[in-house]
Amino acid sequence: MLKILKPGFFSTVQDNGRFGFRDKGVPVSGVMDANAVSKVNALLENEETAAVLEITMTGPTLEFSEETYIALGGALMSASINDSPVSNYTVIKIEKGDVLSYGKLEGGFRAYLGIKNGFKTPAVLGSRSFYFPITEFSSIKDMVELPYDPITDFSPKISEMKVDSGLAKESLKVFHGPEFGELTDGQLKELFAREFTVANQNNRMAYQLNETITGSDLSMLTSATLPGTVQLTPSGKLIILMMDGQTTGGYPRILQLSDKAIGLLAQKKSGDAIRFKL
Amino acid sequence: MKNYKISIRQFGRHALLVEWPKKVEEDILLDILKFVRYLKENHLREPEWEFIPAYNSLTLVSRKQNLDYAELKAQILKWYQSKTVVPLKGRSLWRLPVCYEEEFGIDLKDIARQLQLSVEEIIKLHTSSVYTVYGIGFLPGFMYLGGLPAALEVPRKATPRPKVSRGAVALAGKQTGIYPQESPGGWNIIGSCGVPMFNSSKDDPCFVKVGDKIQFYPISKGEYQLQLIENEVGIYKIEKLELDA
Repeated sequence: MLKILKPGFFSTVQDNGRFGFRDKGVPVSGVMDANAVSKVNALLENEETAAVLEITMTGPTLEFSEETYIALGGALMSASINDSPVSNYTVIKIEKGDVLSYGKLEGGFRAYLGIKNGFKTPAVLGSRSFYFPITEFSSIKDMVELPYDPITDFSPKISEMKVDSGLAKESLKVFHGPEFGELTDGQLKELFAREFTVANQNNRMAYQLNETITGSDLSMLTSATLPGTVQLTPSGKLIILMMDGQTTGGYPRILQLSDKAIGLLAQKKSGDAIRFKL
Repeated sequence: MKNYKISIRQFGRHALLVEWPKKVEEDILLDILKFVRYLKENHLREPEWEFIPAYNSLTLVSRKQNLDYAELKAQILKWYQSKTVVPLKGRSLWRLPVCYEEEFGIDLKDIARQLQLSVEEIIKLHTSSVYTVYGIGFLPGFMYLGGLPAALEVPRKATPRPKVSRGAVALAGKQTGIYPQESPGGWNIIGSCGVPMFNSSKDDPCFVKVGDKIQFYPISKGEYQLQLIENEVGIYKIEKLELDA
């Protein structure tokens, strides 16, 4: 078990998502920064479905009750084991009683703790990703511990990876959303010529942007939305849906972020700058 | 079989949007559902593909990266034109009990005043219609229902409530629906339905699907409470009629 000594700001167990229930209104959920998690799981030679802990802004303090191997990734959060600093994208051997803690946020917004074979919290509708009330918990705040398999005999093929984290990258690759064609020349100019900043309203459901563009009064019937869909409201606000985003919406879907861009945006916090690039 | 003019639009690299004429019409919805069945059985297999129908649109989502949009668009148009006629199957009409007593229908008096109807007339109108499920979204198990009598159209509340209870039956604009879980919400609440609309411990967590029909019937507070107990011990059976027998 991984004992939760202090929960930190907001941490959830996430895997690669809950598929097959979108037509019943269930968001896919799953890790926000799949770029980071795919490397963490690769280092641990885990299945791509292995569940990790997603840690937002400030980290928890955690104690391991069994031996295992872990790897960290994503945001730089001054992590240490028993007060000795540890780096991202390195396989770390864990002994019984080791304590993992986090310090200052040095870059990015979401850090990941991957563990050999993944966390074993219950799978609901095919996924361990937290999404309340589908899963019992909405974060680790009210939990005592997280289950994992004790592992003593793992010799990683690669113990360390040099990763271009992309935490500072501002350019987000986008594709056409279904209503892209309805944008005016003026709106296109506003979208692609300027820098936007992340608003305070940003979470696993959606990221709003501070700057507005000319609004859209296109009338829409409710239709599907996806993680990474950029919606334009009548008042000109841009709302980017993320992994816990609702499965349908009524605003024009002007852009669709690439998978990689969703991961890059997931590392942005209020005030950080982004640009859209077709 | 009548074919509509459909259009196809790119939706990023994983998905594609197929649109029918922009109207809320049951024939259009049924044509979409038939096409979904044809695609699932012949061309686009689950679980690699997911199908999200809503009103006049069908979104096809693949777990594969980098779909060849142009090729797929051409294929889908061809499939739609040449598809064989498949009948619909498995649609149901669900009869759902609603307790409209004042304790639950907290906005009934207010909207009765706005609509210049009595509370009894509102209940009568609300339970006399058979509604079509045009989509499920917003929250897990939240149904977009079409078919509300025009006399019950009332604007959403100026200020949304921070908390609407699970099971609240509500009105807003041309829509009526049930909140499947506690959530913030700006619709006018007229009653409570004790049937859980979403149950994540079941393999099929939501008994309703797009294309089904819903009818409400009024129950007393006593019946409502009995039904809650029946739900809890697992003996409550939702009234259901097969539509495609």
